[in-house]
Formats: sequence, C-alpha cells, structure tokens
Amino acid sequence: MGRFLLSVVRRDLTLAARRRGDWLTALFFFVLVSSLFPLSVGPEPQLLQRIGPGVLWVAATLASLLSLPRLFEDDHRDGSLEQMLLSPSPVVGLVLGKVLAHWLVFGLPLLLVTPLLGLQFNLPAEAIAVLVFSLLLGTPILSLLGAAGAALTLGLRGGGVLITLLVLPLYVPALIFGAGAVGGILSGTGAEAHLSLLGAFFLVSFTVAPWIAAASLKVSLG
Amino acid sequence: MNLYHYASPTTFYRLAGGLVPWLAWAAGLLALAGLYIGFFMAPTDFQQGEAYRIIFIHVPAAWMGMFIYVVMAFWGAIGLAFNARLAFVMMRALAPTGALLTFVALWTGAVWGKPMWGTWWVWDARLTSTLILFFLYLGTLALWSAIEDTRRSDRAGALLTLFGVVNVPIILFSVVWWNTLHQGSSIGVTHAPRMATVMMVGVLTMTAAAWAYTIAVTLARARRIILERERKTEWVQRILAQEA
Amino acid sequence: MEWASWSEFWSMGGRGFFVWSAFGVTAVCVAAELVVLRRAASASRRRLERLQRWDAAPEGVEP
Repeated sequence: MGRFLLSVVRRDLTLAARRRGDWLTALFFFVLVSSLFPLSVGPEPQLLQRIGPGVLWVAATLASLLSLPRLFEDDHRDGSLEQMLLSPSPVVGLVLGKVLAHWLVFGLPLLLVTPLLGLQFNLPAEAIAVLVFSLLLGTPILSLLGAAGAALTLGLRGGGVLITLLVLPLYVPALIFGAGAVGGILSGTGAEAHLSLLGAFFLVSFTVAPWIAAASLKVSLG
Repeated sequence: MNLYHYASPTTFYRLAGGLVPWLAWAAGLLALAGLYIGFFMAPTDFQQGEAYRIIFIHVPAAWMGMFIYVVMAFWGAIGLAFNARLAFVMMRALAPTGALLTFVALWTGAVWGKPMWGTWWVWDARLTSTLILFFLYLGTLALWSAIEDTRRSDRAGALLTLFGVVNVPIILFSVVWWNTLHQGSSIGVTHAPRMATVMMVGVLTMTAAAWAYTIAVTLARARRIILERERKTEWVQRILAQEA
Repeated sequence: MEWASWSEFWSMGGRGFFVWSAFGVTAVCVAAELVVLRRAASASRRRLERLQRWDAAPEGVEP
C-alpha cells in the first residue's frame, strides 16, 4: 500500500502544481482573515495577544476548509475516481494519499506564514513556536476530517458550505487543545497537557477518519 | 420469536400503529405526573429559589438529545451492517425529534442561566456541548436534504452519525477541559442543585415521559416514511385504497 | 410543596418569566412537532394516492 500511497501523493502534487494559484489563494485567505481582526477589534497589543492564538487557529482552519470540496471532485468529474475505486488497491490508501497531498499543499504553507502573523499579534517567540507546532498537528487533523466530509458530500450542490457545517463541530477538540496550548504558554501554565491531548486527538482522527472517508466514497459513488 | 419477522415493513407498520396511541397516553400521563411532582411536591431550592424548576424540562431534554443521537447511530450501524431498510427508516425518523429536544435543552438552559448568572447565554460545559450536539444534528439533517438518492442519503447519514458518535465523547471531554481552564474568569459552572430525592424522582418521571413521547413520535414518523418508500408494493397500495 | 396562593405559584418567587417561558417554549415546540407530523402525514397520503391513480391509469389517459 505504501507505493500506492506515494503514487497518489505524487499524482495529486503534480496536478496541484499545474494549478499554481490554489495554494496561494488559501495562503492569502489566511493572511487576509487574520488581518481583519485587528481592524475590527482595535490594535491594542494586549488584546491582540489574548485573541491571537484563537484568531490564527480559526483563520488557518477556514483557509484549509476552502480547498476541501475539490479533494475528490476533480477526479470524480472525469471518472478517474471511479476507476481508482475499482482497482484492487485499498481505498484507504487512496484517501491517505489524498489527505497527505492536501496537507502538503494547503496545510503546510500556512505554517510558514504563521510566525509572521504571530508577530502581528504581538505573540512572544515561545508562543509562536507552540502555535506553529500546534498547527503542525492541527492542520493534518483538519485534512483528515475534511476528507471524510468531502467524501460524504461528493458531487452535491452547495458542497463547500456543507462540508464546513459537517466538519467544524467535529473539529472543535483540536481547536480547543491547539489554541489552548498557546494560551497556556502565554498564561504561564504550560502547553504540555494541551499538546498531548492534541496529539491524542490526531491519533484518533488518523485511525478513524480515513475509514469513514473510504466507506463514504463507496456510498457516494453508489 | 423470529426477529426477521419484525424487520418486515408490513409487520412494523401494523405494530407501530398499535403502539403509538399507548405510548402517547403514557407520555401524557407521565408528563402530568412529572409536572405535578416538579411544581407541587418538590420544595423550593435553598440556593436557587424557584427558577431551578426549569431542570424538570432542561435535564430530560438534554439527556434525550444525547440518547437519541446514540440510538440514531445504532440504527445507522445496523442498517449499514445488515443492509436493513427499516433500520435506516428508524434512524431518519428519530433525527427531527432529537434535534428539537436538543433545541429545547438549549433554550431552557439559556433561560435558566439568566436568573442564575445574569446573562442570557453562558459558555459553560453543559450548554456549549449541547450547542455542538445541536450542530451535529443540523449537519446530519442538512446532509440528508442535500442528497436526493434515498440509498446514498441513508448510508451517508449513517456514516456521518457514526463518525459523530465516536467524536462526541472527545468533544464533551474537550469542552469540559476548556471550561475548567477558563473557570477563573467566567461566571461559574451551571450545575443542577444537589437534588433531593423528590427532585430526582421528578426529573426521572419527566425523562420517562420524554422517552415515551419520543418513541411515539418516532414510530408515527417512521410509518409515514415507510409508506412513502414502499409505495409501489401491494400492501401499501391496499392500505391507501382502504383509506381513500 | 405548599403554595400560599395561586399568584405566588405564577410568580415563582419573582422568576415567573423565566420558568414559564421555559415551559412555554417547550410546550410550543412539542405542539409544533405534533402539528407538523399530522400535516406531513396527510400531505404524504394525498400525494401517494395521487401517484397511485397516475400509476393505475392506462397509458396516455389522465386519471
């Protein structure tokens, strides 16, 4: 399955490379939405530092969600998804490959920009480090949960909003532990507990979500 | 008793039709009994005065919201595992009532919060997790209405509910965690008053009433869904002809 | 629980608004669900009967 997974990843990355705009759009969305908050709540540094972790977490979440409808859509439209399901390779491998590719294109770049945004929110270096690390765990969780959502809503009208409605409630624990970790560093209580819980949630998502997504793909394609 | 016998839509339709009136009466009587206990037997609470009597609705509704979601997931799992049409029908029949009772839990919880904490909404563990449960219900209902094909709709909803059920303990845990973290700055945890036996009996009676009500309404809804889905079969056409 | 008078019962120690609006909204929700259930059942019946007539009619003939 490993080789199958890698081939799926490679294929998706090649396709994403051809549509160069996509990952930049998600990145711009992340930056733009984050910038809206100082504009709406005022530039006072203390306040920004308090809301910073939460705002950046939510913005990263929304930016990642933007790209989810297309996870399976393009392959579905030209029929290649059905072919892939018919092949003897495990569907879970297909899902994991796509999740990995999605995260590499839409999750990872956000991490590169996060330190800059952290500075905009007056976060100290230690907090920024924890923020990046928490998002490092959080963005793959979102890709995993999002894959299940995308598989369930394959081909439906209004799929994008529907995925958001389905995935966000399930994502709440990641949000709480992730933003909480940074909050813990800022308040001095430490981030360890939060980060371990976040890691545990990642493991649970990694175990459960791909199977749900695989089953959903089979259901959605009839 | 051959369980597969009851898995037939015809048998279920008739059985459910017989049960609904009994359950409706049971629900009504239990509710009256519960309300009587709640208003005329339970004493005034030492800390919370009279406003605490809202628990006689809030707690049963909140419990039912949770129970129904789990039962939905159960029927969804049965449907997926055994390809049983009736299981999916039960799952879909339960959802609207579950969503409604969760909404009632939210509303009564908020209304209870105002005299207690002075605000119309409190971000405590209980209300917040009830809110998220409400979102989960809405998501499932939205998914069903977005998919036209019945077969796909049933199965997708079942998968989503199963996914949700696995996550619910984690979500609950994380919300409680989040709440205890922020307890210092927030107002306080909404908790039921330490309940005298009478109050507990009242809550349990109301919960039993809610159960009877839920089953009655669900069976009635399930009957209608079955008629619609099985409309091409002979037995349905006979029933329709009879009642025309 | 002994209520001294009906007015005391309705006022619920000053919290009457909260208690009764909570129970009121619940009653409204339950009533609404029952009404919707009734309506949906009869609408469904009518539609199914109409569909049945369409199915039973021979080709090209309006029932």
